[in-house]
Amino acid sequence: MSSFSVTEPSNRSKWIAGFLVISYALITMIPLVWILLTGFKSPADAISYPPKVVFDPTLEGYVNLFTTRTRQTQEFLNANPPQNWADEIVRQYDMVIVGPSKFGERFMNSVIIGFGSTFLSIFLGTLAAYAFSRFKVPLKDDLLFFILSTRMMPPVAVAIPIFLMFRNLGLSDTHLGMILLYTGVNISLAVWLLKGFIDEIPREYEEAALIDGYTRFQAFYKVVLPQAATGIASTAIFCLIFAWNEYAFAVLLTSATAQTAPPFIPTIIGVGGLDWPAVAAGATIFLIPVMIFTILMRKHLLRGITFGAVRK
Amino acid sequence: MAQIVVKNVKKMFGDFTAVRESSFTIEDGEFFMLLGPSGCGKTTTLRMIAGLELPTSGEIYLDGEEISQKPPSERDIAFVFQMFALYPHMNVRKNISYPLISQGMPRAAVKNKVEEVAGILGIRDILDSPVGGLSGGDRQRVALGRAIVREPKAFMMDEPLGALDAEFREHMAEELRALHDRMGATTVYVTHDQLEAMQMGDKIVVMNNAVIEQFGTPQEIYDKPATMFVAGFIGSPSMNFLPFQSRLEAGSEMVRLNGHDEQVPKLLEGAEGELVFGARPEHVFLSDRSSYRAKVVAAEYLGTTQIVTLQSPNGEVKARIDARENVRLDEQVGLEFRSSAITLFEQSTGRALKSTLNEEVLGNG
Repeated sequence: MSSFSVTEPSNRSKWIAGFLVISYALITMIPLVWILLTGFKSPADAISYPPKVVFDPTLEGYVNLFTTRTRQTQEFLNANPPQNWADEIVRQYDMVIVGPSKFGERFMNSVIIGFGSTFLSIFLGTLAAYAFSRFKVPLKDDLLFFILSTRMMPPVAVAIPIFLMFRNLGLSDTHLGMILLYTGVNISLAVWLLKGFIDEIPREYEEAALIDGYTRFQAFYKVVLPQAATGIASTAIFCLIFAWNEYAFAVLLTSATAQTAPPFIPTIIGVGGLDWPAVAAGATIFLIPVMIFTILMRKHLLRGITFGAVRK
Repeated sequence: MAQIVVKNVKKMFGDFTAVRESSFTIEDGEFFMLLGPSGCGKTTTLRMIAGLELPTSGEIYLDGEEISQKPPSERDIAFVFQMFALYPHMNVRKNISYPLISQGMPRAAVKNKVEEVAGILGIRDILDSPVGGLSGGDRQRVALGRAIVREPKAFMMDEPLGALDAEFREHMAEELRALHDRMGATTVYVTHDQLEAMQMGDKIVVMNNAVIEQFGTPQEIYDKPATMFVAGFIGSPSMNFLPFQSRLEAGSEMVRLNGHDEQVPKLLEGAEGELVFGARPEHVFLSDRSSYRAKVVAAEYLGTTQIVTLQSPNGEVKARIDARENVRLDEQVGLEFRSSAITLFEQSTGRALKSTLNEEVLGNG
């Protein structure tokens, strides 16, 4: 055994690399951890100075996030004992829960619009990418460039035309409208990424399937799709993250029915004063679906990022 | 089992002609080689028979039925790819059963058939392993299994041994040929390796630059080449070409090589101008009686034979002679040719001149 190796990093450089990676991870996680903690603080703890790291955890923020409450007279409060633990929490401010807040609904809107547009982007993107990869499409290069060119400016730059267009088409504040909009923005990314992945799959696999008695479409979904799974998973994550986090168009185009969570969460501030714990609770819950989705796809994502770099 | 007739088939990719009007017939049960250098159109021809490319014009008949514009799934032809193209997301058993499933064969029948084929190929023990970890030879066997399992009318093989290492290739070539003899299925096999073609094929088509140069049995192609390309491509070392100028009448049996008369098979056509005298290395002998002198430039010892390179007045000549013959470098020796095996070519067209040696071969060329 030699103590010196060209390809293996030395123990010291491994330690330094590990230290750097861990410190970077810790630094980037501080805001997230802070949001998570704030969600469990009381409003007073949340704004105390110096900031409290140790505090009495409470579910107040979460209760406030999911409910609407009204202040009541002492007689009313005495006559109606608290119904449950949540009610008990709000009683300390002489309030009672009168119903659910809009958060659940907004959150569901986010889920429908986010996953709906991701599904549509991937569906259309895969078909388009396959066609661009395998068939002689007239003006192929120009079409691909055109598709890419839709990404050459920030989408918000066309906010006003889109606003007017949506109003005339009756798409404003509808789920369908938002799904179409996010699909439109994501489709260029999806086509380009997926074309790269499909280009890497040798044609012989489909040809073998054609010879084995399958139609072109069967060959596509039985042989090409399973092998493009890596690419599809990583592309889906990118699409979902964009649609999930999108704020500007959501503010502009949605209000009563199709509003998503990102424009809703800040409105909590206006309702009962600066209710930071409720905002932090909303942000925490909002993070969960993307995190779960990413963790489920993580294996594919890692393989996806290195895909094509090394030939098997 | 089927006869395949390729008739005036032509393939253009845009302005590029991949295959110029080609016609040939593959008889039922034949092991048929498509041989040529890369880019000559042999793979395109194979893919057209299989239906992976559609010919620009011409017809292809499989058992008398015109199939040139049919999708591959309706042709009942199996294809073995150079890189095997095993479905990477399925194990060996699934790969082999895939063509049967598409035909809607019942599950139990599929299982039996796959076991049977695996038995023939000796891969029963790996049926349930993923294809990823298999050795080249096993992949090859699985690819063959997928091809033979549904008993197609014909097999197409696109350089199936190209991805194997040299040692294993020999072994696999024997296995393939044995498999063919056992099944008796019409097989079309593409290769650029002339040895492989000679060794395995019943018939060979030699292609070059999108054109069929010659079509015949390995012996015909080796002994009676129709063009200089075929003569040069087949055989190692390739045929010696000695250029000379002359005017020959039909019926002549002598040519003058640098002042020496050499006997050749009786010509059946006349020719004039730049001609080429073609002799295989094994038809060149060293002889002190001959006045046609050449200088020994190099000698390669090959065990039973040796290849002697000589500088003659008409250019370089290689002779394959007995290894025990004593040859010294820089020595002047006399050369003799086996006159019955000589082919004359026209330099400008590369075409062989018709003679008593090759008349029946050139007739169907």
